Amino acid sequence: MEREIMLQADKIGKYFYDPVKFRVLNDISFTVNRGEFVTLVGKSGSGKSTLLYLLSTMDTDYDGSLYIHGEKITGQKQNQLAAIRNEKIGFVFQFHYLLPEFTCLKNVMIPAMRLGKLSRKEIEERAYQKLTLLGLHDQALKPASKLSGGQQQRVAIARALINDPLVIMGDEPTGNLDSKNTQIVFDIFKQLTHELNQTIIAVTHDNDFAEKSDRTIEMQDGKIIAGHT
Amino acid sequence: MARKNSINSEISFTYIVKQRKLTLIAALGVTIGISIFIFMNSLTTGFDRKSNESIFKNSPHIRVYKDDNISQPLIKAGTQQAADVIVNPKVIPETNRIVNPQDIADLLRKQPDVKLVTPTVAVSIFYNNGKSQIAGNASGVIIDDADQMFSIQSLMVEGDMESLKTTPNGILLGVGIADKMSAKPGDNISVTSSENVTKVMKVVGLFQTNNSVLDKTKSYINISAAQQLENKNASYVSDINVSVNDFNKAQDYSKRFSHLTGYKAEDWKAANETVVAASRMRTIIITAVSFSILLVAGFGIYNILNMTISQKLNDIAILKAMGFKGKDVIRIFVQQALIIGLMGILIGLGVASLLVWRMAHVFVGGDIGYFPIRFEPWVYLKGSIFGLIITLAAGYIPAKKAANVDPVAIFRK
Repeated sequence: MEREIMLQADKIGKYFYDPVKFRVLNDISFTVNRGEFVTLVGKSGSGKSTLLYLLSTMDTDYDGSLYIHGEKITGQKQNQLAAIRNEKIGFVFQFHYLLPEFTCLKNVMIPAMRLGKLSRKEIEERAYQKLTLLGLHDQALKPASKLSGGQQQRVAIARALINDPLVIMGDEPTGNLDSKNTQIVFDIFKQLTHELNQTIIAVTHDNDFAEKSDRTIEMQDGKIIAGHT
Repeated sequence: MARKNSINSEISFTYIVKQRKLTLIAALGVTIGISIFIFMNSLTTGFDRKSNESIFKNSPHIRVYKDDNISQPLIKAGTQQAADVIVNPKVIPETNRIVNPQDIADLLRKQPDVKLVTPTVAVSIFYNNGKSQIAGNASGVIIDDADQMFSIQSLMVEGDMESLKTTPNGILLGVGIADKMSAKPGDNISVTSSENVTKVMKVVGLFQTNNSVLDKTKSYINISAAQQLENKNASYVSDINVSVNDFNKAQDYSKRFSHLTGYKAEDWKAANETVVAASRMRTIIITAVSFSILLVAGFGIYNILNMTISQKLNDIAILKAMGFKGKDVIRIFVQQALIIGLMGILIGLGVASLLVWRMAHVFVGGDIGYFPIRFEPWVYLKGSIFGLIITLAAGYIPAKKAANVDPVAIFRK
């Protein structure tokens, strides 16, 4: 069966200029299919995080081109990119989890309210649904800062899911979690990709985590050394 | 679209509620700024009103009179090298009468915005007090018109202004003159004019302007008595006084009236230049001070917002990652500033009212009486608008900075 391509990177290169000109990404090309759970691994400084931020559309200073679900992202304006991030990409970060002054429910609702396609009531229902999916139904009305790290990360995943994005991107999503919570997050990712056909790309330096994913792209010195396809 | 913006408002509200203390301090700054601004501006308005009042006790809005002419050179210079032949330039000895005053008064009455036109005869006189004389001047007036113009009735301290109408040789004396002559209503005094006409006048009333120079020199008499003192017939008029609807525009009218009548028309601002200049200086100083205070309040908001933004860099980065645009971020923080500003302005209006109310009950004494301040709706409006503008500016600058935060730079730290 021909699989649907969700994300395509074509000959991506990037330089850092400070303190000296330095090629941090070199001719990166790969594709990610729908429902795939891809991890990016590599030593510190291999360019994996830099690559993720390029894929996330937040960093626009690069050569080559990037496509999400067939739409060319490269060269679009900041406001258009913001709309794309809002609707088509979900994020899970390592440290910067949630807005601490809002409840979990509100945190999950914010991207959907930004999108503004549903009524507030519908958004609230959906947010509850996503929190239930992640086993946090009873924590919904607590302030985000009152939750444990593992719980916060699960709320962040619920938030990433709220707009049914095409791709979820994670920057060390388990980097700050203990092994038990790492396992929980991993299981959720597995469940999302296999049962709900969600596409996930995550940067990690946890080799166990990477090995259990569908595909591992390994990077070294700004190049992909394994896992192109 | 409204729905999309509602999340921005919700975020600003949450930030405000969660940082109650900071918000209150910033709002308090605005409160102080606004209340002082309004208070000080009400003060200038009050001072101006008071000073205008005292000017209009003596000066008409516009005075039309015959100005002195200076004699012209006999021979004009024909070429540039040659000089004019000037023969002893001096004031041409003409009478200071207005020719055909009735027609000119009628003409002025027909002009738009003219409220009142009344002919006057100004006479320099001596009040004779035994052997000593007190120099002064009398205004020969139609007392009803003069009362409308200078509100004489409100200045009366003794006697009755109205009886001037029934007493052809009646005189209303300033209290200073009456004091020196120990004259009281009912007494007869003798006055001598510069034309050396001496007349016995009957004191019918005393008035007090609270301007001691006026009180020691000025008196009102019937216009016919003034004409007699000047040794002139009943058509003699030296000034025509004009009241207009808006005294602030008197300058514009005076120019026109000069053209129209061929006589000199002088407005009250020109006649009282020193007082007007002093009032202008006072306005400038108070405006500068009150604006500085308002500006400081603006810096308060600016600081608090800057602080909020540096504390919320993570939030801003997350919001931008989730698809909030630059203008959304600006809206969140400008809205926050606006709410702080509005709170401050509202409380400030209250505090200002309290200050004005308190000061209006302070007795200063002297010429002034109670402190000349009262509620000026226009000043309140002005204060609120300037407060909002400064708040917006103080919010926009840090918000713009927040909108330019690069989320990647925050996440990579």
